[in-house]
Amino acid sequence: MKTEDNTFATQDKGGPAQPLLMVKDLKKYFPVRGGILNREKKFVHAVDGVSFSVAKGKTLGIVGESGCGKSSTARLVARLMDPDSGSMIFDGEGVAEFGGIEFKEFRRNLQMVFQDSFASLNPRLTIADTVAYGPEVHGVPKREAMARAHALLKRVGLEPSMFGSRYPHELSGGQRQRVNIARALAFEPRLVILDEAVAALDKSVQAQVLNLLQELKAEHDLTYLFISHDLHVVHYISDEVMVMYLGQVVEKGPVDDIYGNARHPYTRALLSAVPSMDPDNRTQHSPLAGDPPNPINPPSGCRFRERCPHAEAVCSSLVPALMAVKTNQEHTVACHMNNAASGHSQAVGAGMASAAEEVAA
Amino acid sequence: MASTFELLPQPPMPVVVARSRGYWGSVLRNLMRDPVAMGAALVILIIVGAAIFAPWLAPADPFKGSMIKRLLPIGSEGYLLGSDELGRDMLSRLMYGGRLSLMMGVMPVLFAFGIGTSIGLLAGYVGGKVNMVIMRVLDVFYAFPSVLLAVAISGALGPGMSNSILALTLVFVPQIVRVAESVTTQVRKLDYIEAARMSGASAFSIIRTHVLGNVLGPVFVYATGLLSVSMILAAGLSFLGLGVRPPEPEWGLMLNTLRSAIFRNPWIAALPGILIFATSIAFNLLADGVRSAMDIRK
Repeated sequence: MKTEDNTFATQDKGGPAQPLLMVKDLKKYFPVRGGILNREKKFVHAVDGVSFSVAKGKTLGIVGESGCGKSSTARLVARLMDPDSGSMIFDGEGVAEFGGIEFKEFRRNLQMVFQDSFASLNPRLTIADTVAYGPEVHGVPKREAMARAHALLKRVGLEPSMFGSRYPHELSGGQRQRVNIARALAFEPRLVILDEAVAALDKSVQAQVLNLLQELKAEHDLTYLFISHDLHVVHYISDEVMVMYLGQVVEKGPVDDIYGNARHPYTRALLSAVPSMDPDNRTQHSPLAGDPPNPINPPSGCRFRERCPHAEAVCSSLVPALMAVKTNQEHTVACHMNNAASGHSQAVGAGMASAAEEVAA
Repeated sequence: MASTFELLPQPPMPVVVARSRGYWGSVLRNLMRDPVAMGAALVILIIVGAAIFAPWLAPADPFKGSMIKRLLPIGSEGYLLGSDELGRDMLSRLMYGGRLSLMMGVMPVLFAFGIGTSIGLLAGYVGGKVNMVIMRVLDVFYAFPSVLLAVAISGALGPGMSNSILALTLVFVPQIVRVAESVTTQVRKLDYIEAARMSGASAFSIIRTHVLGNVLGPVFVYATGLLSVSMILAAGLSFLGLGVRPPEPEWGLMLNTLRSAIFRNPWIAALPGILIFATSIAFNLLADGVRSAMDIRK
């Protein structure tokens, strides 16, 4: 698998068609200790075989309810924790493998903005020092790093002469999140992971920060991985959306297809849970019953089947593979109803027996 | 992009004229406003000053005794604080005694602060098995009461000042490691350490820039509190004959040698004890003041 990826990588290296980030079959199980002698007994299947790619200059939104593995995926991609298995390719170069991109260089190219704007800033450093720290690590002389920090603070709307020497506790939440964005940009990264970056801000500040992010993306040729549970925000900022459920991708596609033509029952339920702006049109019934199953013992077959209104026998026996929707190759769904040959009574179309055999195998 | 936000024109950012002082500046300012801590600091300043400048300030030679002027009461002519059981001037001996007592009180805490913080940072930052080994080994030391441990180590090493400083250092290291380790473990989990790791910086750089500054504060407060314990333990070791040897003046030792005079002139016998008490209380109050002054987010 590794050589295949590498050859693929070298061919397209640097080209516009090469996705900036390709993730293949990422897995992370957290051991749960217990019983006598603290043995590792069970595993939480936090991220279970996640694959996706992000095209250059695009924004991929990742949505899902709490505990579905969104943040774990982000931390795995950022290599803040090591995956149990899976591979990553950053602009054609393998990450954390022999002959791949140098790790420090990878770190510079990929930055992250965290949800908690306060915890993500060192309380003992002024914000200018915080922003300048990154370039200094990468060998930029102190004075130059400071100049870069001041320019970036100015760009994100914090006048450096007034804010540069302040400490995080002297700023508001929105201002602190601007500092976090400036810090990430100080590395001149190509990919920025925004892990619930605007979730803790109130609506008006959220809008300001989102607009700022859009401007910065255009100015610096950035690619975003935007993780959020707020479907409105994801709709606004994303080019593509990936829906996760219990550590797996259930649906991925262009933003308009996901929001306008969702195929997976879970995505539909998620979207119908979005509060409507029209009081006459409000949701009367809870779209989903029950809680997500325990990720220690996920259900067999389709993980959503226990809460799915369309679940049938095939759903418990066979794991649905991520397959393209017939009408749109970019829109993929992991549901038996999308597979004509799955044997599901509500499956769309017919006569794709060969595809079904592949899935079964 | 399905929708766009129309933002109303933003009013200009209000100009806030609060000059940023830096963290330690704010702490100092808070401390200055605390009358109790300032009083304690003044007491410490007087005692330390008297000890440091003893050779110039002391009215008499602390070693020169007189057989006929033994145990003079406080306020006698030429003996402001009386004289001890060998007729030596108490005031001079107390001033000179402060030098050794303070040194034996402060040095172990200083050494333990340096050693303990380093070990604690290592254990807390690396975590896992390294942490477990370090902490379990130190727990063995921690299991003994500190007085017992100090006496045992001191006794094993033999009497003398450097040995008792060493013994007290060994007593305090595990305690400081515990505090440093627990604070480091907490700090390590925060997002700004993750962000620093994302920068690709080395562990050393992250510890120096991001961990140390946030760990030193609480450890410093704890160590300040240990000063009073150290003073008392050091005096205790000298009292037991494990620290400084006579005729050197040292408060704990003086307390021991003046024991026999407790019925003839109890006030003289109590003087070294009063000083030990006053110094340790002052250190304690100052530590409390520093603790609350460091909480600048109030």
